Amino acid sequence: MKSDECNNGREKIKETESVKENVQDNVNNSVKNNVKNNVKNNGKGWEAFRYAFPLTVPICASFLFLGISYGLYAVGQGLPWYLPFLMSATIFAGSMEFVTVALLAAPFDPLGAFVLAFMVNGRHIFYGLTMLTRYGPLDWKKYPLIYGMCDETFAINATINLPSQIDKGWFYLHVTWLNYLYWVGGVALGAVGSHFLTFDMKGIEFILTALFAVIFLDMLLTAKKYQSGLIGLAVALSMLYVLGPNLFILPAMLVMVLIFCGLFWWDSKDRRESEL
Amino acid sequence: MSSWDIAITIGAVVLGTMATRFTPFLIFSKTSKPPAIITYLGAVLPAAVMGLLVVYSLKDVTLWTYPHGLPELLAILALVVIHLVKRNMLLSIATGTIVYMLLIQQVFIK
Repeated sequence: MKSDECNNGREKIKETESVKENVQDNVNNSVKNNVKNNVKNNGKGWEAFRYAFPLTVPICASFLFLGISYGLYAVGQGLPWYLPFLMSATIFAGSMEFVTVALLAAPFDPLGAFVLAFMVNGRHIFYGLTMLTRYGPLDWKKYPLIYGMCDETFAINATINLPSQIDKGWFYLHVTWLNYLYWVGGVALGAVGSHFLTFDMKGIEFILTALFAVIFLDMLLTAKKYQSGLIGLAVALSMLYVLGPNLFILPAMLVMVLIFCGLFWWDSKDRRESEL
Repeated sequence: MSSWDIAITIGAVVLGTMATRFTPFLIFSKTSKPPAIITYLGAVLPAAVMGLLVVYSLKDVTLWTYPHGLPELLAILALVVIHLVKRNMLLSIATGTIVYMLLIQQVFIK
């Protein structure tokens, strides 16, 4: 009992001390403002990280799995372990990395490789157009952001509705480097540990479909993007039906952009007429 | 291929990929404010492209042969229902994926 009372007493003393400190804090506020601003900037990055990380968890699962598969595949094709690792870190475009393994087995043709990479990744041009207003005004962060703009990172950064206290630039950057790390890490695991991994994860690749489907559904429900969302879905399905699975994506994007340009022109024509 | 050929081929692929990512920013960086049509596209394209990505990730599903896209359809249905009820993205993704894995490993065995 006595010791308890003692502790209580000590705690009271501590409390009064902390009150004193608070008062001092207030007095020193003006001096500390500069320091606080610095802390605030760091805090922004941290807060953005805590907001970004949970959103990348499904991508972590899918990238680790796909990355491991790619590492296994590349080493299985006779490449040394460091090449898939190097390719994942520099190219950073999943499907093109699979194609590059085949290119390395074919006769030397760098121009052909360049054109093929441009065609396979042509959809990124449209991601860039979409992200112009989001990435364009940022400081140095825009360079790593554009470099690392894969499908999944784009999916999160283009659709996120951030609360105003979260720093957008830092949020985008955290999503981008986390996804980059998952992919390169997965490939390295697959390439180095190709002998040790034997588990049945058949069907895990569906996590990508699930991710896209949930983001799509959520945009329809919360952002009320019915018109644009359904146009995208309808154009994609019809182009898939007409052109087949290997050719449809670029034409579908072109048709989509044309439709939206038409809608934009129509809207502004209406506005011009109503203003007259 | 020699080491140089390998390095040059990978370099060409990197350049081709990065050309697709950087081009829009290079074209529009000089004008401080992008034209209104670009701002408009930035607002409508995310939802449209997400619809496209859903289709893209399902592009190799064959409807005319077994199992006729049923695992995908059922898994997406489960995902939609759980999302309408709970509105929790991670939960919906996990549900859809687990339902799919169970279906192709236990029910629709090829």
